[in-house]
Amino acid sequence: MSGPSTYVPKSGFEQWLDKRLPVMRLMHDSFIDYPTPRNLNYFWTFGAILTLCLITQVVTGIVLAMHYTASVDLAFDSVQRIKRDVPFGWLIQSIHATGASMFFLAVYIHMFRGLYYGSYKAPRELLWIIGVAIYLAMIITAFLGYVLPWGQMSFWGATVITNFFTAVPIVGTPIQQWLMGGFAIDNPTLTRFFSLHYLLPFVIFGLVILHVWALHVTGQNNPDGVEVKDKADTVPFTPYATVKDLVSVAFFVLMFAAFVFFLPDALGHPDNYIPADPLKTPPHIVPEWYLLPFYAILRAIDFSIGPISAKLGGLLLMVGAIGVLVALPWLDTSKVRSMRYRPLARIFFVIFVVVCGALGWAGGQSPDKVIWQSSSFRIEGQATGPGGAAQTYVGAGVTLEAAEKAFEKEKAKVVAAGAAPQSSTVTTPFQFKVTQFSQLLTLYYFAFFLLILPILGLRETPGRVPETIAKAIGAKHAAAAAPDREA
Amino acid sequence: MAIAHRALSAFARMAAVVGALGVMTAPAVHAAEALHPHKIDWTFDGPLGSFDQASVQRGFQIYKEVCAACHTLDHLTYRNLGEKGGPFVASGRLNAATGAWEDVKLGPPHHGGKLVPAADNPFVRAIAAEYQITEIDPTTGQEVTRPARPSDRFVSPYTNPYEAKAIHGVAPPDLSVIIKARHDGSNYVHSLLTGYVDPPEGEQPPGGAANLSYNPYFPGGWISMPPQLLPDRVAYTDGTPATPDQMARDVVSFLTWASDPKAAERKQTGLAVLIYLTILAGLLYAAYRQVWRDVKH
Repeated sequence: MSGPSTYVPKSGFEQWLDKRLPVMRLMHDSFIDYPTPRNLNYFWTFGAILTLCLITQVVTGIVLAMHYTASVDLAFDSVQRIKRDVPFGWLIQSIHATGASMFFLAVYIHMFRGLYYGSYKAPRELLWIIGVAIYLAMIITAFLGYVLPWGQMSFWGATVITNFFTAVPIVGTPIQQWLMGGFAIDNPTLTRFFSLHYLLPFVIFGLVILHVWALHVTGQNNPDGVEVKDKADTVPFTPYATVKDLVSVAFFVLMFAAFVFFLPDALGHPDNYIPADPLKTPPHIVPEWYLLPFYAILRAIDFSIGPISAKLGGLLLMVGAIGVLVALPWLDTSKVRSMRYRPLARIFFVIFVVVCGALGWAGGQSPDKVIWQSSSFRIEGQATGPGGAAQTYVGAGVTLEAAEKAFEKEKAKVVAAGAAPQSSTVTTPFQFKVTQFSQLLTLYYFAFFLLILPILGLRETPGRVPETIAKAIGAKHAAAAAPDREA
Repeated sequence: MAIAHRALSAFARMAAVVGALGVMTAPAVHAAEALHPHKIDWTFDGPLGSFDQASVQRGFQIYKEVCAACHTLDHLTYRNLGEKGGPFVASGRLNAATGAWEDVKLGPPHHGGKLVPAADNPFVRAIAAEYQITEIDPTTGQEVTRPARPSDRFVSPYTNPYEAKAIHGVAPPDLSVIIKARHDGSNYVHSLLTGYVDPPEGEQPPGGAANLSYNPYFPGGWISMPPQLLPDRVAYTDGTPATPDQMARDVVSFLTWASDPKAAERKQTGLAVLIYLTILAGLLYAAYRQVWRDVKH
């Protein structure tokens, strides 16, 4: 795909350099002459957006690290000091905090793009797997970073997540203590999290280089999912892809800036403006929005399966939710790459996207929140009347507490009338809670990868895939020119 | 302080950790569901909103005369009051010969005037001088007391953080970022300050504590802070009637400013950035159309 290099060193210096370190040739072949499919849509600009996100996070992060103090007594105050006293600290801190959300927003669009257009299929399996590794490193980096301001959510989020490692048999508790650097989340945890938070972005950087390298070996996938056959299918990266990337980047930065300047706290949790207090647990401990789907999967398992405790089950599923992405290139059995030509798969894909969104919602709710219940709670009491006659009285309510309150009122009336209460029975309605909802959603999440994609590829009847990109574009323009023929 | 903080027994920490897991797996205990705060049209709401500085100044008076008796404001320095966007920002003319500021007036600079640096701002200096700072004189090693300067942090009503808890049972929260630390903070604090009512029939404070007040906007209903903003609690110097609603609005304006003193600068910069980016995006789109005009895609 990369083909023979077309780089011609012009100046004497370029010729000198090219014989010793052909870095200019690499740049020319990768970002100027690199052939890109001409049918790429705007979903293919998120690579550029993500590069910008990574650079933004690294640059703002380096500046923040100059002013931040990783100590349990000073971390919270130092972040306030950055926002109040460091020149443009309010801006740099806001870009970094908002930037994490923007980074994940972009990476999710990028990943769903890959999923829809089958970008993980041969020969791009390794490209996809490196991408999953980048995503995993991003999750860890973001989690570590969220701990650093040392607010209530920082502290308790770290507590909850490190505690999940205790579910691992035998080595669980030692792992947890090793992560925390002690028996509880404390100063050693904060300093090591800071150190790793600074390290991991450079690991991501290395992975990104491999990702781009692998991309430039296989070439880009495209919305029609057919391989590039000849020059008629492609345009040079510069100026065609460059200018399109820049348009996309400009609109993305516009939205980014709207958050940074006008909604700096909209994506964070108010509790993180309360300094960490190891003795005061917040009523709801939730991660940032981009990790909520995994949090929902983690909490969905509220039952043990044989030797696997509920906690370990949740942990395994959460790890599995990312792990299954690694196996995806071999789970999808379809010969057709793009879902543009897989009408049935497209429906399951849309449901999958909705399910991921719903998992995000469920992750932000209390697991015991009742979504739907069949009827109200009913408490029926029996009493013996003054004359020895049996009588019944009833209290009902949407919650058990309300029913009890109503019941006590009725009981008081009966007692006032001279009857002696005997016994009571409670009728509990069927309740559909967030936990059950999360279980259904988790089931679909895994079924999509482990059942639907493997079976669908063998059973479905795909649409007619064009032979080449040029032909696909030709067909599209013919249809647009004669819209009435397309019924 | 740091040493005592660490000396927190391992047992207490483990208990807290176990508590956190309980929250995740066991049903949460719901006391009375807190009321949603009522919505107020704040002048500082929205991308173009700005502070009503007269209100922020009155709010500072409420803070000083009411809140500061129990609450700290650790993250603020007196100079913040006189910095750009602050309630006591002043303008004047610098006399180059004497180095002194003349015709100093409260308010941001208009024609001809210049912003008085916060350290020279007479209003800020006067406010700071009302407080005493206790510190160690490094030359003698003895404790000395001096009037506060604009560069000093807001003086705490307590000699140490433990005193707050010892006096009140529960340490009153620091107010520096209280507006950001609560959901819908400005509306919440206003609702809380004006929302004290008699408890509903049969509602008892937890453990029968006698020093709790009932407030339906507070999660759980029972709050350690008694009602504060009773009519005419303060005498406003500008003659504004000191109704509970007015006082609550003013102190919320002040605390909203205090939680984010750079808000005005942030919004101003943001507007310019958005205009710039909109033009840039438009130009880039035009360039894109131009580059791709002959390429079918």
